[in-house]
Amino acid sequence: MIDYLEEIFSTLKQNKLRAIMTGFSVAWGIFMLLLLLGSGKGLQNGMEYNFRGSSTNAIWIHSGETGESYEGLGKGRRIQFTNEDYDMLKRELAGIKNISGRMYLRSSAPLTYKNEFGIYTITGVMPEYNGIEILDMQQGRFVNRLDIDNYRKVIVLSQPIVDVLFKDEDPMGKYIKAGGVPFQVVGTFYDYQNQDARKAFIPISTGQRVFGGANRLANLAITTASTSVEENKQIESEIKSLLARRHRFSETDDRAIFIWNTLEHFRQAQGVFAGIRMFVWVIGIMTIIAGIVGVSNIMIILVKERTREIGIRKSIGATPWSVIRLVLSESVFITAVAGFFGLLFGMGVLHLANMVLMGIAEGNDMVNRMFYNPSADFGVAVSATLILIAAGLIAGFIPARKAAAIKPIEALHDE
Amino acid sequence: MDNSIIRVETLHKSYVNGSNALHVLKGVDLDIRQGEMVSIMGSSGSGKSTLLNIIGILDNYDAGAYYLDGIKIEKMSETRAARFRNKYIGFVFQSFNLISFKNAMENVALPLYYQKVSRKKRNMIALEYLEKLGLREWAHHLPSELSGGQKQRVAIARSLISKPKVILADEPTGALDSVTSEEVMEILKEVNATGISIIIVTHENEIAAQTQRIIRLRDGIIESNEVNHNFSNEVSAGVLLEQR
Repeated sequence: MIDYLEEIFSTLKQNKLRAIMTGFSVAWGIFMLLLLLGSGKGLQNGMEYNFRGSSTNAIWIHSGETGESYEGLGKGRRIQFTNEDYDMLKRELAGIKNISGRMYLRSSAPLTYKNEFGIYTITGVMPEYNGIEILDMQQGRFVNRLDIDNYRKVIVLSQPIVDVLFKDEDPMGKYIKAGGVPFQVVGTFYDYQNQDARKAFIPISTGQRVFGGANRLANLAITTASTSVEENKQIESEIKSLLARRHRFSETDDRAIFIWNTLEHFRQAQGVFAGIRMFVWVIGIMTIIAGIVGVSNIMIILVKERTREIGIRKSIGATPWSVIRLVLSESVFITAVAGFFGLLFGMGVLHLANMVLMGIAEGNDMVNRMFYNPSADFGVAVSATLILIAAGLIAGFIPARKAAAIKPIEALHDE
Repeated sequence: MDNSIIRVETLHKSYVNGSNALHVLKGVDLDIRQGEMVSIMGSSGSGKSTLLNIIGILDNYDAGAYYLDGIKIEKMSETRAARFRNKYIGFVFQSFNLISFKNAMENVALPLYYQKVSRKKRNMIALEYLEKLGLREWAHHLPSELSGGQKQRVAIARSLISKPKVILADEPTGALDSVTSEEVMEILKEVNATGISIIIVTHENEIAAQTQRIIRLRDGIIESNEVNHNFSNEVSAGVLLEQR
């Protein structure tokens, strides 16, 4: 083994500059590949960061106004969801995991605590809602079943509201007035999507009863038990036909209700990124091929220059295989070492970029949404290494064959 | 025939170059015994290099037969040929053919590398051989730092290290002045005295005159094959001699 390396070193030492220049093309290829892959990963992470606060297989249903006349009803009719819609979907729809209606109180109910007050979005929800919009609970709990059944006046606040209204006080168990009605604080949270979001949740039953919502729902949200786009699309169309029948609008009417299928969009985004990733690999490999050709070229010249030496070796007993091995191992050595430097350098740059981005993102969450944690993972490094070795072998193949075909007699007379 | 180390029977070789076939060897018969020191002479184009290449298993022949140490050498794979070369034959060339970026010791040790002898061991053996040839203190010098005579001595050490049966020397003194030529010939004679057969291809009469037998080739056939009566070497046992 040491012999082996010795042989390689002694020939590479012959022409350091050439070895370095040749290696550079390979190092550059790997560096670019890594940079591209890292950037692709960063974009993808940014996209996934965007989806972080919501279950990826959520379906959001909003109501609109009918766009077509149907069964004698004119168009422009407003669709209003109610608790019956909720009950019906819960009853009729197979394959759903969580379902919640939502209602909003806003200007009607300012939040006041002692001398502080503010107007925030207060949303009435079901306990299951926490499985649809994912919250980073800080203290206490979310709305639960008992709250709904008993119309409890409890409220869950986002941390920024707590900071404003309670200052340094512990909000848990305290009473806060919403539109003049006292609600007990039972939990606090951060919104994953927006750290600064100021919102509050109350049991939907309480909201409807206390704030005169009757049985109206602003919209509905569902998560399904499935992770395939097809099944979710299926569920989506079932929802549409169920609601169309109940509210008497045409199933083809795309303005009566609006359905936002997160999974579909998530998958679409994922698809885009898979495409980008493939594209990046293709470009990266093309770049490496340029490197391979460079190495191959140099090796051919090297073999030509060393014709005599190879002839000598053969005359004193070098087998063709040992000559092939000599050339191949040199080529693999150049590409592997150069590639390793490219890999290291690429990783370094990505790491640096990540640190800079994190610095910027401290003050601005938008950065994270576009570009988050650009890194090439271990798998990429391993495949890059394998590519390098393969590249070295490919690059050395033709020169090695040339070398093995050298006839000692001719080589020895090659002055 | 027992002590025959190289036996060649009606050897034919031609080089085909497009539509022209050049018949280089036209039925050569040769028998070289173990421990013999033979010179092959001939003008350029006489086929002496071709004959040496065939004997050195660097080239194939077309017809006839070639026995090396009793083993018939036929068309064989390069790998096998390489093994034979490594085991039986040592080469000494006119232009020394040392590897320029390896020092004297490494050059000498190279045949053992191909016998998979460990580095430490083969370098030790190489030093021994260099010592024998009086080059111990030059062991770590590159060929470019050695004189012609020294280079040829390194090359001889390299040809000896694998303990061959035959040494094939192709114009070994061609690039040397007369004094160093004499030195090299002395060394070759000493080597010969240890029982290794030596075949020298040369066109210099003074060199040929120092061998036991002179074979003259002309146009691909052996013109003469005579015992050198002027040969002077006290170790030339078995050959009819007349002292000068």
